Amino acid sequence: MLRVEEGSLYPALHRMEETGWIRAKWITKDTGRRARLYELTAAGKKQLESEQSRWQAVTTAVNRVLRMA
Amino acid sequence: MSLWSRIANVLRGDRLSRDIAEELESHIQEAIEHGRDPAEARKSFGSPLRHLDDSHDLRVLPWLDSLRADAIFGWRQLKKNKVTSAAAILSLALAIGSCTATFRLIDALFLRPLPIADPQRLYVISRPGGGFGDGWEHMRFRRMRAAMKGQADLIAVSFPEQTDLAYASDQGPDRGMEKAYVQYVSGRMFRSFGLRPALGRLLTEDDDLEPGAHPVAVLSYDYWTRRFGRNPKAVGSTATIARKYGMGSDVFEIVGVAGEGFAGTEPGTQTELFVPAMMHPLVNLPVAALFRTFVRLPSGVAPEPVRDRLDAALHAIDQEQAKEFPNRLSQTLMMDPAASGVSRMQKDYGQSLAALGVLVALVLLIACANVANLLSAQAAARAREMALRVSIGAGRAQLMRLVLVESAMLALAAVAVGAIVAWQSAPFVVARVNPPDNPARLSLTADWRVLGVGLALALAVTLLLGLAPALRASAVRPASALRGGENPRSRGRLMHTLIAVQTAFCFLVLFVSGLFAATFDRLTHQPAGFSVDGLLALDTVTPRDEPPSAWEQVAEHLRSVPGVESVAVSEWPLLDGNGYRYNHVSIEGGPPIEARVQFLLVSPGWIETMKIPLIEGRDLRADETGAAIVNREFVRKYFPERDPLGKWFEAKPGGQWGRRFQIVGSVGDTRYQTVRDPILPLAFIPHQNPWHVESLIVRVSPSNKPASPLALASILRQEVSRARPGFRVTKIRTQEGMLQSQTVRERLLAMLALFFAVVALLLAAIGLYGVLNYSVLQRQREIGIRMAIGAPAADIARRITTDVFSMVLLGALAGLALGLSSVRYIESLLYQVKPTDPAMLTLPSLTILVAASLAALPAVIRAIRIDPATTLRAE
Repeated sequence: MLRVEEGSLYPALHRMEETGWIRAKWITKDTGRRARLYELTAAGKKQLESEQSRWQAVTTAVNRVLRMA
Repeated sequence: MSLWSRIANVLRGDRLSRDIAEELESHIQEAIEHGRDPAEARKSFGSPLRHLDDSHDLRVLPWLDSLRADAIFGWRQLKKNKVTSAAAILSLALAIGSCTATFRLIDALFLRPLPIADPQRLYVISRPGGGFGDGWEHMRFRRMRAAMKGQADLIAVSFPEQTDLAYASDQGPDRGMEKAYVQYVSGRMFRSFGLRPALGRLLTEDDDLEPGAHPVAVLSYDYWTRRFGRNPKAVGSTATIARKYGMGSDVFEIVGVAGEGFAGTEPGTQTELFVPAMMHPLVNLPVAALFRTFVRLPSGVAPEPVRDRLDAALHAIDQEQAKEFPNRLSQTLMMDPAASGVSRMQKDYGQSLAALGVLVALVLLIACANVANLLSAQAAARAREMALRVSIGAGRAQLMRLVLVESAMLALAAVAVGAIVAWQSAPFVVARVNPPDNPARLSLTADWRVLGVGLALALAVTLLLGLAPALRASAVRPASALRGGENPRSRGRLMHTLIAVQTAFCFLVLFVSGLFAATFDRLTHQPAGFSVDGLLALDTVTPRDEPPSAWEQVAEHLRSVPGVESVAVSEWPLLDGNGYRYNHVSIEGGPPIEARVQFLLVSPGWIETMKIPLIEGRDLRADETGAAIVNREFVRKYFPERDPLGKWFEAKPGGQWGRRFQIVGSVGDTRYQTVRDPILPLAFIPHQNPWHVESLIVRVSPSNKPASPLALASILRQEVSRARPGFRVTKIRTQEGMLQSQTVRERLLAMLALFFAVVALLLAAIGLYGVLNYSVLQRQREIGIRMAIGAPAADIARRITTDVFSMVLLGALAGLALGLSSVRYIESLLYQVKPTDPAMLTLPSLTILVAASLAALPAVIRAIRIDPATTLRAE
C-alpha cells in the first residue's frame, strides 16, 4: 500500500504554484486563523486536462493489456 | 514565480519561512478541529521542518540563499576576531590601494586613448639616433606632408611650453603677464582628430598656410573654465603671446574653445592655447627640430606600407640636403602607435612607474601571504567546526564556498578602503612629479578601467587567500579532526613557506628602495662646484639685441639694490638643466680634439658672483672678447704638466674655425648642464655679440639669508625694467630650485620606495610574529613537557625559532638572488650606485634580521614563561 505523508502535499502545492498551475491567497477563517486557499489557473486547467487525457490513455492501454491476458 | 521574486525571497527569507510554517501549522490545526487525534495528525503529517525546507528551497534561488547564509556567517567570524580582521583589511587595503593608484598613473600616462576619433589610427614618427629624436623641422615636415598627400595625413605639433602672455582686458605693459601652455599645431589637426568646438570655431587648414599670417588661437575647454570662468566673451578677445625663441610678441585673436576633454596630445602636459604652426617664429629655420610629427592613417590602411613610403619620401628629401646634413641619410624612420599620445613624461617616468608597479605588487603579495597566515592560524582553530559540518552532511563544495566567501568579504572590504587610498594617493604623486612652479597635469579620471582593476585585484586576493584554506577545509577528515589528532606540523609547513616567500619579497623591496634612496642621496650631495645658497637667476629678454655694455648697465643698476651682494650676466645659469653649448677645439694650433668642450658666455665678475674658486690667473675684463677662463678639468686634459696661462686654443663657435681664445685664468671644476653630468672640460668666454636673452645672476647678501632669496624677486623685477626700458624679466629662479628640479624623479622614487619598504617590513614582521605565536600555542604541551624534564630556556627558544629563522634566511637568500638578477631592469634609474656594493646588500639583510628578531621576541618570551605545571594540568 502507498503511504504518503500528508505534509508532502505542501511542497507539491508550492511547486505547482511556482510553475503557475495554481494560485493561492491567504484568507481568514471564522476561527480567526489564517489559511491559504488554492485555485487552478487557466494554465493549470489546461495542464490538468492534458494530464487527465494522458492518464486516460495509459489506463485504457493497461486495461486492454489486462483484458488480453 | 519570476527570477526576481526568487531573489527578493532570498532577502526576506525569514518571513517566507514564517509564512510556510504558518500554512503547515494551519493544516494540522484543521485536522485536529475535524476531530483527529493531535498526536496521530502530527505523525501522519510528517516532519514539518523537512517540508518547510523543501518549500523554502522551491521559492528562492537555493545557491543565492546559501551564499547569503555564508556571508552572514562570514561576517560573524570577521566580527569575532576584530583585531585580526582589522589588521588584515588594513594591510590589504594599503596594498590594493597602492596597486590601484599605480595603475591609475600608468593608465593616465600610457594606456588611456586620447579623446579623439579613432585614436588607433594615430601614429608618431621618429628617428632613433637623430640628435633630437622625435623633433622635426617644420620645413621638412611640410615636404613630407606634400609627398604623402592622399596617402596619409601628417600633423605637426610643437612641444607645449609655458609661455608668457597677456590678455587685452588687462592693462599696462608688464601688468597681467602670466604663463600658459601654448602649442603650435597644424591647422588640420582638429578636423583630422574629429574634434568639435565648444564655442566659436577651431583652427583650420586655412589658418596654417603662410608664416605669420593668421594670428588666431583656440583655448582648451579646461583652460577656458579655469581662466575665464567659461565666459563666452573670451572668444573674440585678444592675447599677446611672447615669442619663445624670437624677440617681441604677437597679438592673437581667440577664435574659439575646443570641446571638453581634449587638451593636446602630450600626457602629463595639458595644452591651454592652440595656435597655428605657421605662427611659430622659427617655422622656416632649417635646423629647428621643434615639432612632433603625427601620421593619421586612413581607416583600414596598414601602417607598414605607409611607413615605407614615408621613409622613401624622407630619403629623397634628405638626398637633396646631403651636403648640409650628411648623417641624416643613414637614419631610418620609426613609426609607432600613438593612440594614447606621446610625451616626454612618458619617457622620463615610464621605467620609474614600472619599477614602482613591481614594488607595490610585491607589497600586495606580502600582505596576501600575511593575511593567508592569519587565516591559516584561524582555520586551525576551526578544524573541529569544519569536521562537524562534514559529519552532518556538508559537501566539499559547500565548505570551500564558506571559506571563499569569507576571504572575498575581506578582499572587498579591503578594496573599499583601498579605493580611498588610491583616490588620495594618485593626485599626491602627480603633484610631486614636476617642480612646484610647473606642475604636471594628468587627467586622473576614475572610470570602468580603474574599477575593473580594483575588482580584478579583489578576485585575485580572494583566490590567493582563500584557496589554500578552502581546499584544506574541504579535505578535512572528520574522524581524525574531531578526535583532535590532526597533525599540526602539516599546517606549519604552508605557513613556513609563506614566511620564506614574504621574506624574499620584503628583501627585494628593501634592496630596491635602498638603491633608489642611495641614488637620490648621491645626486643631492653632488658638489656643484660653486655656492648655491642665495643665488638667483633672472631670465631677461629685450625687444631687440642689446650689446654686452647695455646688459652690464642693468647689472650695475641691480648692484645698488639693498640686499644684493653681487650681480653678473651669463647666457643662462649653470646647471639649469637645459642650456648647453659645445664646440670642438684645437689647442695651440694642433689638430682638432675629438671630445667636445662645453662653453658658457659670461660677463666679467661672474666667477666671483658664482663663488667659483679662482686657481690662478685673473677674471675676464670688459671689452676683452678673445679671453677665456678654463676649469681644472680642461687644464688636466689639455695642459698636463704645463702652465695654461697665456696659452691659446681655437674653437668654431659659429661653424667656421679660427676664433682664438687666450687663457687668462683657471678655476675649480663645476658641473655644467645637470647634476648628473660628469666633470667636463669647460671654457668660460666673454659675450661676443649683442643678444636679446640673458640671465642676470644675482647673489643675495648673506645678511638677507633668513628670508628666501625669492623675497627680493618682485623688487628685482621692477628694478630691471627701471634700469633700461624694454628689459623684461620673464622668470626668476633660485639656483637651489634648479638643482632640486633635476632630482624630482629620484626624490619621488626614493620617497615612495622607502614608504613601501617600511610597509613591507612591517607586514613581514607582523606575519612572522603571528606564525611564531601560533606555533608556540600549538606546541604548548610539548614545551611544557620539555621544561618539566629540565630543558633550559635557551633550548626552548632555539627549538621554537630555528624553523622560522631558517625560513627567513632562505627567503633572504632568494630575495638576494631575485634582486641581483632583476636589478638590470632599473639600472638606468640609478646614479653612481652599484647594486653589488656590499653596503647595498648588507643593509637590507641586517634590517630584515633585526625586524625578524624583534618580531620573534614576544613569542619566545611567551614560550619561556610557560609554566609546565599549569599547561600539563590544563591538557
